[in-house]
Amino acid sequence: MELFLLALLVMAAGALVSAAIALFPVTAARNKVADILGPVTAVAACLLGLAGIFSGEWAATEYRVMPWGLPFGAFALALDSLTRLFLLPVFVLGGTCALSGGISLRQSDPTEHNLGAHWLFFLILLLGMTLVMSARDAVLFMLSWELMSLSPFFLIDFNDRDRSVQDASWVYLVAAHLGAMALIAFFALLWQESGSTLFSEMALARHGHVTALFMLALLGFGAKAGLVPLHVWLPEAHPAAPSHVSALLSGAMLNAGVYGIIRSFDFFGNPQTFPLWWGWIVTAVGIATAVTGILKALGQTNLKRLLAYSSVENMGVILLGLGAGLIGAGRGEAWMTALGFSGCLFHMLNHSAFKGLLFLCAGEVLHSTGTVNMSQLGGLQRRMPFLGTLFALGAASIACMPPFNGFMGEFVLSLSLIGGLSLPGMEEKIGVLVCMTGLMLVSGLSAAVYIKSYSMTFLGEARSQCSVEPHTTSPVFQLPLLIPAAACVIGGLGAQWAFGMVEQAMTCIPTLPDSLKTVSIAADENAGALLGKTALFCTGGLVLLVSFTVLRRLLLLRQGIRRGPTWGCGYQYGSARMQYSPASFVEPAARLFASVMGTTMRRHEDAAYFPGHDSLSVKAPDVVQTKFYTPVFEWMRRLCNSLKIIQNGAVNIYVLYILITLVVLLVWGMA
Amino acid sequence: MDSGLQYFLQFGAALVLAPLVPGIINRVKAKFGGRHGKPLLQLYFDLAKLFAKGEVISTTATWIFSAGPVISLTTVVMALALLPLGGVPSPFAFRGDFILCAYLLGMGRFATVLAAMDTGSPFEGMGASREALFGALAEPVLFLCFLSLISTATSMGMKADFSLSMLFNGFALDAWLHGRPELVLLTFVMGILLLVENCRIPVDDPTTHLELTMIHEVMVLDHSGPNLAFILYASAVKLWVFCSLFAGLLVPVLPVWAQTVLTFGVIFAAAVIIGVIESTMARLRMHIVPALIGLSGSVAAFVLILTLVR
Repeated sequence: MELFLLALLVMAAGALVSAAIALFPVTAARNKVADILGPVTAVAACLLGLAGIFSGEWAATEYRVMPWGLPFGAFALALDSLTRLFLLPVFVLGGTCALSGGISLRQSDPTEHNLGAHWLFFLILLLGMTLVMSARDAVLFMLSWELMSLSPFFLIDFNDRDRSVQDASWVYLVAAHLGAMALIAFFALLWQESGSTLFSEMALARHGHVTALFMLALLGFGAKAGLVPLHVWLPEAHPAAPSHVSALLSGAMLNAGVYGIIRSFDFFGNPQTFPLWWGWIVTAVGIATAVTGILKALGQTNLKRLLAYSSVENMGVILLGLGAGLIGAGRGEAWMTALGFSGCLFHMLNHSAFKGLLFLCAGEVLHSTGTVNMSQLGGLQRRMPFLGTLFALGAASIACMPPFNGFMGEFVLSLSLIGGLSLPGMEEKIGVLVCMTGLMLVSGLSAAVYIKSYSMTFLGEARSQCSVEPHTTSPVFQLPLLIPAAACVIGGLGAQWAFGMVEQAMTCIPTLPDSLKTVSIAADENAGALLGKTALFCTGGLVLLVSFTVLRRLLLLRQGIRRGPTWGCGYQYGSARMQYSPASFVEPAARLFASVMGTTMRRHEDAAYFPGHDSLSVKAPDVVQTKFYTPVFEWMRRLCNSLKIIQNGAVNIYVLYILITLVVLLVWGMA
Repeated sequence: MDSGLQYFLQFGAALVLAPLVPGIINRVKAKFGGRHGKPLLQLYFDLAKLFAKGEVISTTATWIFSAGPVISLTTVVMALALLPLGGVPSPFAFRGDFILCAYLLGMGRFATVLAAMDTGSPFEGMGASREALFGALAEPVLFLCFLSLISTATSMGMKADFSLSMLFNGFALDAWLHGRPELVLLTFVMGILLLVENCRIPVDDPTTHLELTMIHEVMVLDHSGPNLAFILYASAVKLWVFCSLFAGLLVPVLPVWAQTVLTFGVIFAAAVIIGVIESTMARLRMHIVPALIGLSGSVAAFVLILTLVR
């Protein structure tokens, strides 16, 4: 616990020093200092934090209340296995992103940005996330939630001269605060009913409006996690932010939404007494989010936007596991409960690993080519083999390919859903099976999405000049990316060990009754053993792979390999522009899923006897945004504009308002 | 004889006999077409020839291109090792191994498609795009089949650990004979999956002369030498995997030698049926294929609901 508190202090101190640097005008020297100081403190704090969470027994709960100057609330922090589990990606990714970001910012124009300010908000974001996961008091939680929600606004707005970046940060800010509004209402209700802001007291009190509380929590935390239809900020914010920030936001901050939902179960009592439809709501939202997210991802041309939609999909899958856990708990199905909850947590860890890796890779691509528009990329595997291989690893992991970690998470979730076949009701069985089928469709489509993103960016021929001659940096600068890449492999081949951490966190999710608890732990141990068998079998497969590779090499000893041009099927004038493009690759899918993907094609051709100018444009706007949010906000803008009659700027009218208010108050006071 | 040894004998037999299945299909097609046709063992000759050759690799390609066939062969052999191949459960069987099996086949597809994209050829991109979509659509259908079997087993009061070795080892026919006639529809679904996953007519025509209309064959245009041999052999083994899933639904529990013989017989019979289908049908238009997969998916869902009603 002391090491953990020290980590918090280091973050705060680093933020203060960065703030001091940020106050002075930008010079190259100051930026250089800030860009060394910021990452170094972040990495140091993350290492201390990791030491902190691993120092105690993983399952032990350490609780600490400290005085603070505020008249209400308390500075109550705790580390239990759930908190430790959620802090793991925060610290690992936090350190990695700080390293990678520090390196990539060194290569930018030294006076263009105020790097002191950038690292200030980066450290505040880290501090906010750490406090959110460990706070045990509502006031402290909301304060750190605001720290965590506000600082990304400034981080996203890094390239603030770009109009689209400004818009994106506004969208983020609005979304973050609409979510926070629901959370303030949530905690205010809890406070009112229990008379205390401490989580432990709130958990003990019996609440009347549990359903209202549950909906508020789902709304508030769901907005952070990016659940459909509250996901629209993600595909705006992630492409606009610098990549090390997007990696941290996607890999660690979204988890805060999931963490919040799980933590809020503490306040509703025993999950066996939850209305069963809660579980079904969570499951339905989860599967809807997953399917929408992956289909939207399939339609994207911008690599970072694609990754953002894929985060939406993964959050949906995580929520699906949570829903399965809730349904199982309501029905007393230990296998489904245990595997649902632990599948949710396991997939959360895995998602942090591969999404962090992929966003950092996308950042390197952006850095060396100047674009993440996949229709201009291609052929980077040959020019940057190290980066390409890392991206391939991340893509295979996120597309749930064995033996990597994505598959292991999906395996646990599938086992949980299959366990749903022993639910009593026919409708329930069908509901679970629909989810299972949906999950399989999602994983199949995610393979298509990552085939598309990897092959359009790294394989084939360069589609434009910017990827013909990328400004390649030394692979040494890409070394931090090995950390999440290693996590992907460990989560796969060492799945049993990684699952052990999840298993212990699972027992502290909700207050499971003891009868279900022991069975759940047994179920999880059983699943852990299955993961072990899977990993062992896959290791055997790797041996087989190596031997086939050696066999091929031996066979080739005699005749060798010759190089030649790609076979053009008899056509001699092939060019790089004739390759399949991101839009054409998904054309068959776009036909089939047009309503969700929202892909529209417009073709202009000169209608003449001989072929002339011809152009095709393919767009995939977010239907939820264009059909719902834009009209709603437009309507609100008009409403606010119409209120301008009251606020017209004339001082004498304002004096009249004061007079009227006084008169009304006097009348009210006398009556 | 020890059951582990028996399994490895069957496994070896499957690996050796796998190239025979495409041979049978081609013979049947030749007979239907009134041609003399290729010899039955043509694929063996092709493999031997290709193994002795060198490779020509595109200047565009990277290691992904060379790794594709090796990975797809590995995954398909691993998937085969999880299946019961005739009366003996796989020694690798564990609860939920069907998930691993399906994803291993998915991994093979992933590697093949990436290898195709690595050449930068528009033709191969065409095949890759189709394969990625059809693969994604076929995956839920395969799981609906698995789930129907599991649901039957659950409703019959079996609490065993569900693995491929349990579900595809005489269980289906047994359940069918004990009043579960809906399971017979699964053979239809599995048959369609067999055609879709192995790129046979009516989904894909492996022998057409026009690259524009292909799926699998166009993806491997640039491969040559040992890598092409790996691809040909991997697709033969994949065909064997799906045929033995098909056989697993139809073969009853018998003494081991009889069940093995019958399973292998059903697999060769399936090859003959594929040959007949390929000779009598034309390839469907590309945008009809999702409808075909959808049809098999609806049938599988229907079976699943029937198994739940009881």
